[in-house]
Amino acid sequence: MDPLILSRIQFGANISFHILFPTITIALGWVLLFFKLRYNATNDSAWMRAYFTWVKVFALSFAMGVVSGVTMSFQFGTNWPGYMEHVGNIAGPLLAYEILTAFFLEAAFLGIMLFGFRRVSNRVHTLATVLVAGGTTLSAFWIIALNSWMQTPAGFEMIDGKAHAVDWWAIIFNPSMPYRLVHMLLASGLTVSFLISGLSALRYLNGDRSESMWKALRTGVFTAAILIPIQILAGDQHGLNTLEHQPQKIAAMEANWNTGPNVPLVLFALPDEAAKENKFEVAIPDGASLVLRHSTDGVVPGLNDFPGNHPPVFPIFWSFRIMVGTGLLMLAVSWSAAFFLKRRHSLPKPLAMLMVPMALSGWLATLAGWYTTEIGRQPWLVTGVLKTADAVGPVAGSHVALTLAVYLILYVLLLIAYLGVLVHLALKAAKDGDSSPLPGVMKAAMSQPAAGE
Amino acid sequence: MTLDWPTALPLIFAGLMGLAILIYVILDGFDLGIGILFVMAEDAEQDTMIAAIGPFWDANETWLVLAVGLLLVAFPMAHGVILTALYIPVFVLLVGLILRGVAFDFRAKVPSGKKHRWNRIFFLGSVIASLAQGYMLGVYVLGLDVGLGGTAFGVLVALCLAAAYAAMGAAWVIYKTEGELQRKAVRWLRTALVLTALGMAAVSLATPFASPRIFDKWFGWPQMLYLSPLPILSALMFLWLWRQTFHLPKPDDRHALTPFLTLAAIFVLGFAGLAWSFYPFVVPDKLTIWQAASATESLAIILVGTAVVLPIIIFYSFYAYRVFGGKATDLTYD
Repeated sequence: MDPLILSRIQFGANISFHILFPTITIALGWVLLFFKLRYNATNDSAWMRAYFTWVKVFALSFAMGVVSGVTMSFQFGTNWPGYMEHVGNIAGPLLAYEILTAFFLEAAFLGIMLFGFRRVSNRVHTLATVLVAGGTTLSAFWIIALNSWMQTPAGFEMIDGKAHAVDWWAIIFNPSMPYRLVHMLLASGLTVSFLISGLSALRYLNGDRSESMWKALRTGVFTAAILIPIQILAGDQHGLNTLEHQPQKIAAMEANWNTGPNVPLVLFALPDEAAKENKFEVAIPDGASLVLRHSTDGVVPGLNDFPGNHPPVFPIFWSFRIMVGTGLLMLAVSWSAAFFLKRRHSLPKPLAMLMVPMALSGWLATLAGWYTTEIGRQPWLVTGVLKTADAVGPVAGSHVALTLAVYLILYVLLLIAYLGVLVHLALKAAKDGDSSPLPGVMKAAMSQPAAGE
Repeated sequence: MTLDWPTALPLIFAGLMGLAILIYVILDGFDLGIGILFVMAEDAEQDTMIAAIGPFWDANETWLVLAVGLLLVAFPMAHGVILTALYIPVFVLLVGLILRGVAFDFRAKVPSGKKHRWNRIFFLGSVIASLAQGYMLGVYVLGLDVGLGGTAFGVLVALCLAAAYAAMGAAWVIYKTEGELQRKAVRWLRTALVLTALGMAAVSLATPFASPRIFDKWFGWPQMLYLSPLPILSALMFLWLWRQTFHLPKPDDRHALTPFLTLAAIFVLGFAGLAWSFYPFVVPDKLTIWQAASATESLAIILVGTAVVLPIIIFYSFYAYRVFGGKATDLTYD
């Protein structure tokens, strides 16, 4: 088979597997800090139990993120040597700063955060939690800066086919970077809040009515309910930014074949790239013009403006709709759950049962969103600078196919094991309830404060 | 050679990359080694061994990311050449690192019936990762030659590097534990030392004979005189450490850290020898560090960050090791 498409599938598989875990750790670090600070402020041991339950999920997710991240740092070289050869002068420093400022910070203080509760003072432990959460977020900052630069490159000049930096500020804060960063951080917050509410709902359905379950459930549901409208607004702004800088991506997302005014918002269609038309189209008249240009006769770019230079239509048309659809479902579920928790102080069983599978809704929306934006960048690896086909390495297709097969099997097995452990941890926490021994805090060893009892 | 920035920067980065690799090999060496020794330990001992590396392994592995990262960012040309030539071994290494990394966490969190399975995966992953690193070193030493001879030599170095890691692991167990497990570790160390010495001798002999350029660098006069302390000191330290294994552990647990430090010193000497052999090449006999380097302005901006951040990293890494100093106790989330 063709090494190019195989390498793309391989990198796509690796990065898809990888992004699942940072998406959890980025926001979960801050949620853990919140639990910890609530405990510090109230001395209520239920907060600490919530912390201990979720710190295990954090540790496991972090380990999964580290090992899949190490894999990616090697794959730049094994599969895409042309990438670093052409834009290494830009990508290199951004990656180096991620490793130096974020990776080490997270890794060194993670040990103290996970296992150091009795070895350092409560204050240092809280500080370690802050540093780990800050490290994961800083890591996201650098990676999003690099990714955005590949989407909307700025601040460089080309000398002999190689990009050279001219203005680092313009490179880091390139046109799409602030939008993408906000969108991704919110996505992480939503993923974690739905994961927490989903697993707490599972505990609820198993008869767990402990304080730590309620505290985690409320934290998850209310965070989700607050973040989702902000995310919808941020996503809309991100879309307008894409319209300005990457109109061909918008044209493919909307499956709009011809530039013009009064473009409908396509709800359902099977885009046919050969015939340049949509089959079985269901659309709202003037919808796309209204959303993108805020006027019914606003001109929306069409694919006819970018012959041979636009991304494949079918996958990003659908991945975009999956993301938006999941987002709307998140809005409905989180707001109804918030309503019941706030007004009725209870959770109807059917809603709880819906919340359990919704625990993974953040993953679905994040992946669909990343597919939209990354496939939407094709055929370019760095928009207007380097084509994906020109960066692939000289490795034989059979090698890539073999390694791809092993990676895929490995990732599927690890994902099953990971989800199995999450369910196991939730059910164990449900069984223990508030009666679980609270190590460290209860024994009040070393400099730890005793729990409130 | 005038030392202007375009000349100096690639040199500095080659030094930094070498430092990162060296620190990685020493630090991840002991936790990989503990994974290799896992199969020889009882259930309870395995928990103690995990506790001895639990808070550290993550930061240890970050040095590998830094080393590859520096290769990637400072020498992008070499990064592509080396990693495409070593495509399959790199893949095997990654599978090993993935397996052991996740097994670490899974074994502590799965229902107790499944713990054994993850213990085995932890052992396998550690062995696979160590062998892959050794194989890559062997092939790299021979100038990325993957012919039959190169492969055979790669396998030899793979076994010896795994033994060297096992020795590091045993030395760390001696430092972090007490009682029966500590005595066991002394015996593990004695066996692993022999293989380690054999491997270092093999690499030291093969490197000059694989390349006339390297031969001239070692066996010309007077550099032979200046270089002679490297092999002589290494050999003396090996012998001394081997004798020590008959006297450890000592009363009051004196010198518990000595085996680890001695091994680290041997690693440093071996690494210095390799660095001398290959300088100024980053891809043996093909690309020098100047030919493979990134643009000066890019290197400069990384150097600024590195100069500020690296001392901080080293400082807080020491802090983390100090927090978890002393004998390993059961690792719990508290």
